[in-house]
Amino acid sequence: MAEVAIDAVGISKSFGEGEALTKAVQNVTFTVNFGEMLYVVGPSGSGKTTMLSMISGILRPDAGSVTIEGTEIWSLSTDALAEFRLHKIGFVFQDYHLFPRLTTAENVAIPLILQKRDWDESLVEAEKDLEIVGLKGRANLPPVKLSGGEQQRVAIARAIISRPDILILDEPTASLDGETGRTILGFVRDKILSDKRAIVIITHDSRIYEYADRIVKMEDGKVTAADMDNLSAQ
Amino acid sequence: MPGILRIAYKLLINDRAKFAALLVGITFAVFLMIEMTSLFSGILSRSSATVINIGASIWVMDPAIQTVANSIPIPDYTLDEVRSIPGVKYAVPLYSSAALLKLPDGTYQAANIVGLDDTSLFGRPELISGNIQDIFAENAFIAIQDSEFYKLENPKIGSEFELNEHRGVIVGIAHVASSGLFGVPTLYTTYNRALQYIPNARFTISYLLVEPKTRADIAEIKRQVAKSGYLALTHDEFIAKISDFYTYHTGIGTNMLIMTLISFIIGLSISGQTFYTFILENIEKFGALKAIGAKSRELVTMILFQAGFVCLTGYGLGVGLCAGMIWIARLYLPDYAAIITAVNLSVAFVMVVLIAAISSYIGVRKVLTIEPFDIFRG
Repeated sequence: MAEVAIDAVGISKSFGEGEALTKAVQNVTFTVNFGEMLYVVGPSGSGKTTMLSMISGILRPDAGSVTIEGTEIWSLSTDALAEFRLHKIGFVFQDYHLFPRLTTAENVAIPLILQKRDWDESLVEAEKDLEIVGLKGRANLPPVKLSGGEQQRVAIARAIISRPDILILDEPTASLDGETGRTILGFVRDKILSDKRAIVIITHDSRIYEYADRIVKMEDGKVTAADMDNLSAQ
Repeated sequence: MPGILRIAYKLLINDRAKFAALLVGITFAVFLMIEMTSLFSGILSRSSATVINIGASIWVMDPAIQTVANSIPIPDYTLDEVRSIPGVKYAVPLYSSAALLKLPDGTYQAANIVGLDDTSLFGRPELISGNIQDIFAENAFIAIQDSEFYKLENPKIGSEFELNEHRGVIVGIAHVASSGLFGVPTLYTTYNRALQYIPNARFTISYLLVEPKTRADIAEIKRQVAKSGYLALTHDEFIAKISDFYTYHTGIGTNMLIMTLISFIIGLSISGQTFYTFILENIEKFGALKAIGAKSRELVTMILFQAGFVCLTGYGLGVGLCAGMIWIARLYLPDYAAIITAVNLSVAFVMVVLIAAISSYIGVRKVLTIEPFDIFRG
């Protein structure tokens, strides 16, 4: 049986008050296992992003618990939680959020620099990871000189440089054409996913469902399906 | 340099347009602040030039005196009265008045005539050429070689002029610590010759210069002088009184204060606005850093470093620019009154720190309120 990477139990989150109250996520329970690539899909406003934020230690749930590798993350202090994210979770944001004034290698090295690792050492590591994501020779270019697909790879390199156990990708193919999107996801599945790593992806893009091990569908803040075959058929 | 500060530094300097705008704003503000306050310091210093140059420990004067240039003569018997105060080591009279000289080329030139006590020559200037004994010669005057010297047609020893139809002869050229404020040259002579050359009212002593036996005697001397209806001030007190007059009673202080504040506001507006735009442009990236695992205090450190770096660099450039400007101005305007003092530099530094603090406060507030969740939400 696969080891559990993330165990979310009965998590809920609401925004606003009174008549403006919106129940974004309602009593959701699910797990993510190591060695698994899990997709969270659903229409806009279904609560995907809110749930992702809660399981990655970014947004505190109103109720429920999130346990990552045996640690109940919401019992940690703010600083300890930031430190936990820095070492255990890698993020790939939808708009990449790369610093245009830093070089590609410097962008990739940021997590190591935040871990107070030596600057030059971090850049060497970053260049190695850029090579892994197929961007050898681009280390000294600013991100704006790269294509959308290349920027996505830079964001992935940044997410994996500290060798996190969990990788969170938010709409990784939203800004990419179909072929590039599939190439990126194929790359993530083949090169980044391992028995010791779990990957959670939020996506609207049904073209990349084939790369998922499991798909969780959300609607109105609830998990409505957690079976890949059912969703593929829909 | 810690990595996080290195990132902050690169983010700042690689955004060349904003970095340049920030530097120009701060440099210009510092330049203006130091220029204004230096000009003020120069004016204050020159307004007390006679007090500084004569160097007496205690000055006795009419209580109505506001500046050293506008002396109110005191009776001659006051000299004996002061000399009789226990604790007075010695007391000598000083004559100081404006006069109109007729130069060899026939033009008239206003000048300040200082008459030193004939016996002691107390307060005499340091001679560059000539012999101090020659001041006792007939018609003898010593010219002060300061920024106004050229107005006497650059006299040499033996040069002549007329003062109230009396012949005057330059017997020495001297220099003093500070030039006067009013742009007129200064001539030194003996007290009695000054009285002889310049028509006077009933009383002739401008000031009494007093040396106490010990510092402990100063308070008693001041009390005794006050009993006679006059005012005794120490060297520093007299300078402070003159400075107070120019600061609070002439409008110079108010104008300088307004100009300094305007410079501060200019610097603050340019730097605050540019810095705020800089933070706004990077706000999502700061949010992403937070999501990755940067702590709020690390982001605050980055912003404070950026604000501090740009303000200190601007401060250095502003000080350099001001020093250069004063140096160039003095090449062309010898009597340009501006002095950069430690106080000027400190005032500008405090203002720059304030600009950095206010500018970064806006950025810090913005960065602290951004939630990583907002980055996911888009």
